[in-house]
Amino acid sequence: MLWMIARRFIGMILVMFIVATMVFFLTRLAPGDPASLMLGDQATADDIDRLRKVYGLDRPIVVQYVLWLGEVARGNLGQSIYLQRSVLQAIFERTEPTFFLALFSISIASAIGIPSGIVSAVWRGSRFDQVVSGGAMLAASIPSFWLGLLFIQFFAVHLRWLPVAGYGAPDATMIERLFHLILPASVLGIVNSALITRFTRASMLDVLSEDHVRTARAKGLSEVRVVLRHGLGNALVPIITVVGLTAALLVGGAIVTETVFGLPGIGNLVVSAVLRRDYPVIQGALIVIAGIYVLINFAIDVLYTIVDPRVTT
Amino acid sequence: MHLSTSRAFLKRLFRRRLVLFAAIVLVVIVLAAIFAPLIAPYSPTSMRVTQRLRPPSAMNWLGTDEFGRDVLTRVMYGGRASLGIGMAVVFASMAAGTTLGLLSGYYRALDGIIMRFVDAMMSLPDILLAIFLLAVLGQSAANVVLALAIVYTPRVTRVVRGSTLVVRELPFVEAARTIGVSTRRILTVHILLNVASPIMVQATFIFAYAVLAEAGLSFLGTGAPPEVPTWGTMIASGQQYTDRAVWLVLFPGIAIVLSALCLQLLGDGLRDMLDPKLRKAL
Repeated sequence: MLWMIARRFIGMILVMFIVATMVFFLTRLAPGDPASLMLGDQATADDIDRLRKVYGLDRPIVVQYVLWLGEVARGNLGQSIYLQRSVLQAIFERTEPTFFLALFSISIASAIGIPSGIVSAVWRGSRFDQVVSGGAMLAASIPSFWLGLLFIQFFAVHLRWLPVAGYGAPDATMIERLFHLILPASVLGIVNSALITRFTRASMLDVLSEDHVRTARAKGLSEVRVVLRHGLGNALVPIITVVGLTAALLVGGAIVTETVFGLPGIGNLVVSAVLRRDYPVIQGALIVIAGIYVLINFAIDVLYTIVDPRVTT
Repeated sequence: MHLSTSRAFLKRLFRRRLVLFAAIVLVVIVLAAIFAPLIAPYSPTSMRVTQRLRPPSAMNWLGTDEFGRDVLTRVMYGGRASLGIGMAVVFASMAAGTTLGLLSGYYRALDGIIMRFVDAMMSLPDILLAIFLLAVLGQSAANVVLALAIVYTPRVTRVVRGSTLVVRELPFVEAARTIGVSTRRILTVHILLNVASPIMVQATFIFAYAVLAEAGLSFLGTGAPPEVPTWGTMIASGQQYTDRAVWLVLFPGIAIVLSALCLQLLGDGLRDMLDPKLRKAL
């Protein structure tokens, strides 16, 4: 088992190395010299040369890459061109709304997806199953920003139940801030429930057709107990995987929703960095976001090997 | 495909009425986009300032926008770019992903490195990777296609690799190898034809994702330039009028939802028909 975990760990490091390499070289392909971008239009050629020296931009690109990789490995993602602070600090300041948004959204998505997936599997082929499957497909076809705009119009502008956008005033209490997350989290919850519903249904169908479930029924256990304990108990691992990975993707993938609702999250940071060509921030954010995904993936793999010994073989 | 077999194929595909319905709606949307210059009631650019922000009426079925342009006309024209970009993304990602998947599944030596790259790219959310690539490539409709094709190639690669791993072990491939068929022919004929169904299923889903992603990119202002009318750019420019003219946002959005939904229904139907084993899976 330890060997398995060690192999996964090495795989994770390798993937992160590829992400970092890809991000570095692709960024260098981008138009515009970083030094002249930092200094703006007024800079003289001398100023630009001096800054290129300071940042090591005058060295061969391979040298720059090795030095940069060394810094990244030590956790130093560099300085933002525009924000007057380190990239890590800029990301850290934006973490709270993104974290709570991902947490709320995935909770809503699971609250919709897991029960309806279970019932669909149990009543396979029924009218309920058809409605749920159709609903899941519909949810997966809705652009989140569009649903967001309609929700804002209806719940915030028309009914005035909820705030239109933003994350509250800087001195807002936690409750007020979380209040601002209700609409965006509902949008993301609905859109992401599709995958969880389909996955839950598929894994429940697999498990419910197995022999041990038939045995449990034959023993005379109640249907509810058969489905929840013997069925869900065994289908839970793949369901947790999809929930975990969806949550991980929401950290950087909620960009559009964050923008619609004016939430100062990580996605928003990336969009403004792209529009301002703040490359250190773009690079850093991509590495952090990929890192979170890869870490969650690794944690799930480890969990698998612990929960299910068959995986190791 | 032979005419009679293709007819039998469609007959089986459309046995589920919902799939047939999805196909019909999709064909209508595609035709409306293709023939927009002939059938659209107005010109997509003609502005009539006296008719600004009019609600849906007999004159303008879907209302008018902030310049008095007909929304129905613009939705039809918007489909040209949105569906066109989606289609191009499908072709590009299928070509690249199928090649990489075949190589990865057939040559064990390449498998490790290709799959690590696939893992690396799939560790970033689609939209984020697309935005990053567009920042590097520069903003244009062609680059939206390129960026989204790069984003979806790993998905196709994974699917094709998985199927190739299964097919390459089948007796007929071994038989072909024994009688001296070249590796190239084995890959492009014997294996490719047998992994075609999962590729086709994947193509419909990627079409749907690409239409959704393109809309998201346009909305963020990182996609196609605003002067290109796509469903995404229409929603983006209409959003400031949502309180007075919700139809500006509503109808392009419905076009996106309908297209994506029909594509996914069609993909689902294809999968059910082509591979009964996969029925339950995603």
